[in-house]
Amino acid sequence: MSDHDYKPKSKVGQWFNDRLPLLTLANHLTDYPTPKNLNYWWTFGGILTFCLITQIITGLTLAMHYIAHADMAFESVEHIMRDVNYGWLIRYIHANGASMFFLAVYIHIFRSLFYGSYKSPREIIWILGIIIYLLMMAAAFMGYVLPWGQMSFWGATVITNLFSAIPLVGEGIVTWLWGGYSVDNPTLTRFFTLHYLIPFLILGLVVLHIWALHVPGNNNPVGIDIKKPSKDTVPFHPYIVIKDGFALLMFMIVFAFFVFYTPNILGHADNYIEANPMVTPAHIVPEWYLLPFYAILRSVPDKLLGVVAMLSAILILAALPWLDTSKIRSAVFRPLYKQFYWILVADVLILGYVGAMPAEGLYLLIARVATAYYFLHFLVILPVLGFKERTLPIPLSITEPILGGSPNLAAARHRESKIK
Amino acid sequence: MKRLFKLILILSFLSLNSAQTFAAEKVDYLKTDWSFKGLFGKFDRAALQRGYQVYTEVCASCHSMKYLSYRNLSEEGGPEFSEAAAKAIAASFEVTDGPNADGEMFTRPGKLSDKFVMPYDNVKAAQAANGGAYPPDMSVLVKARGGGVDYIYSLLQGYEDPPSGVTLDDGVYYNKYMYGNKIRMAAPLSDGIVEYGDGTNASVEQMSKDVTTFLMWAAEPHLEARHQMGFKAIVYLIILTILVYFSMKKIWSRVESEV
Repeated sequence: MSDHDYKPKSKVGQWFNDRLPLLTLANHLTDYPTPKNLNYWWTFGGILTFCLITQIITGLTLAMHYIAHADMAFESVEHIMRDVNYGWLIRYIHANGASMFFLAVYIHIFRSLFYGSYKSPREIIWILGIIIYLLMMAAAFMGYVLPWGQMSFWGATVITNLFSAIPLVGEGIVTWLWGGYSVDNPTLTRFFTLHYLIPFLILGLVVLHIWALHVPGNNNPVGIDIKKPSKDTVPFHPYIVIKDGFALLMFMIVFAFFVFYTPNILGHADNYIEANPMVTPAHIVPEWYLLPFYAILRSVPDKLLGVVAMLSAILILAALPWLDTSKIRSAVFRPLYKQFYWILVADVLILGYVGAMPAEGLYLLIARVATAYYFLHFLVILPVLGFKERTLPIPLSITEPILGGSPNLAAARHRESKIK
Repeated sequence: MKRLFKLILILSFLSLNSAQTFAAEKVDYLKTDWSFKGLFGKFDRAALQRGYQVYTEVCASCHSMKYLSYRNLSEEGGPEFSEAAAKAIAASFEVTDGPNADGEMFTRPGKLSDKFVMPYDNVKAAQAANGGAYPPDMSVLVKARGGGVDYIYSLLQGYEDPPSGVTLDDGVYYNKYMYGNKIRMAAPLSDGIVEYGDGTNASVEQMSKDVTTFLMWAAEPHLEARHQMGFKAIVYLIILTILVYFSMKKIWSRVESEV
C-alpha cells in the first residue's frame, strides 16, 4: 500500500502520527482505491456495519432495564415496553434490527457467491465472514431467549437438545449447557452473558474482515484484478461513502417501516406468552433467518445425522474457495454457473419456506429434495463446473465494459481479438 | 432499478414467508374497521372507555391484567379518563399493602400507581376456580394470539351449538374460531350485559369491538405515539434520501461511470 508515506501537514499531526499512526490509517481509509463499477449489492457491507452498531447501542440501552431472571425477564420486557421512555422504540429497533441484520447479511453472502468474491486472494475475508455469520446466529438465538416467552423457552430447549445427539457425552454436555436438568434460570443468565459478549467479538472480527479486505482490495462486478489506484478506481471518500450512505438510507426506510408499522410481524405470537415448562406450543419454529437450516435439520430422520447435516450446511461454505474450481470470478462471464446460482437461491428460499411448515407429508419430501440439492450444488456441481464450463471472454479492465453500457461483452471480445 | 425491484421481491417473499408461519390454521375471522390500523391509526377514545367498562365488569372477574397500572387509564394515547376519574377507579379497588410498622399486611383503597388488582392470588387459585383452566392474563393477549384483534373479536362472537357428532364435556363450550373449537370459557357477552354510560347500544358485536380495542391498547399502549413518530421518521428519511441521491449524482458526475 502506497499510503505508508503519508505525512500529516501540521507539526503536531506529524509528532502524533510518528508515535501512533492513526492519521495514516484515516488517510488510508479515505483514499482507499475502490473499483468504480461497484453496484448496489456492494453497499451491504456498510449497511451491515450500521446494523451491528445499531444492535450494540440499542442492546446496551435495553440491558440497563432488562432483568435476566426466569421470574422477572418477561415482566422487565413489558416494563421496557410500557414505562421506560421510548423503551418500545428501542426494543422494536433491536428486535427488528436482528431481522434486518440477517436480511443484509444474506444479500451480502449471496452477492459474494454471484461475483465469486470468496476466491483467491480473498479466502481469509470469506472465512472471517463465515465465522461472523455463525456468531450472528448464536447471538440472535440467545437474544430470542431473553424475553423468556414460550418460543424463547421452547426454542432454547429444542436447540440445546441438539447437543444430546453427540454420542456418549451428549447428555452431559446438554446438562452442562443448561446449568441444570432443564432450561431454567441458570440457562437464561448464561445466555444473557453470552448475548452481551458475542456482538463485541463480532465487532473485532469485522475489523479483521475489513483489514483483510483492504489488502487485495474490493472484488468488482466484472471480477477481474485491477490496478490500484488507476482509472478503474475511485477514492473511497467521497465516492463510496456517499453511495453507501444513499443505499443505507433506502435500507433505513424499509427498517423504519417494520419498526413503526409492523413491529411484531417477524416475531412469533407465542413469545408474548410467558415461558411455561408445562405447556408445549403447537409448533416450535425458529426465527425466519434460521429456517433453511431448521429445514435441513428436520429433513434427516436420524437426530445425530440431522445435526451433522445442519452444521455441514454452514461449514461447507468455509470450503467454498476450494470447492469452486473455476478461475473466473464473476458469474457475469459464467453462463452455466449463473443458472445454477439462481437455482441455489430458489433452493434456499424453498428450504426457508418448508422450515416454517410442519415436517410431514409433502413438506418433508420437498425439504429432503431441497437439502439434497443444497449439498449437490456445493459438493458436485461447483467442482465439476469449473472444469466443464465454457466461460465468456473477460474484459481487460473495468473501464472497458463501462464505456457504452455495462458490462459490454461485444467491446471486450473485439478488444481481445485485436490483441491476439 | 431492476435490481431494486428484485430486492423488493425478495423482501416481500420473506415477509410473506414469516406471515405464513402464523397462518398454519387459516380461518376467516370476522372483519371490522379498526380505527388504530393504518399509517395514522389512532384509538377511538370512546370505544376504549366503553371497552374498559366491559373489561372491568365482565372479563376482570376471571382475567388479570397485571402489567397495567391505574395511572395508565388517564395517560395520553389511552382511554384518557380524567385524572380524577382514574383516581376514583383506582380507589374503588382494595389493594393489599404492607407490612406496616407492626409487621401486619393491611388493605387500603387503590392509588394511581397501583397495578390492576388481580382477580386471583395466583395461577393455582385461578385454575381451582375455573375447573382447571387458567384464564390468561390479558395485558398482551392480543399480541399473543396469531390472529390478533380479529381473532379476539371473532372468538367473542363465535359461540354456537356444537355440530352433531361433537360431544362436549361439562364446562366445555363450542366456539368456531377457537383452536380445536373447544373452549373452557362460557360465552362471556350477551346483549345488554353492561349498560353503557354514553347510551351506545350494548350489543354483543359492539361490546366485542369495544373490549378488543381496549385490549389492543393494553398490549400496545404507545401505539399512537409509534404511528405518529413513524410517519415523521419515514418522511424525513425519504427527503434525506432524495437529497443524498442528488448529491451522489453530482459527485459521481466527475467520474465516467454510472451510479
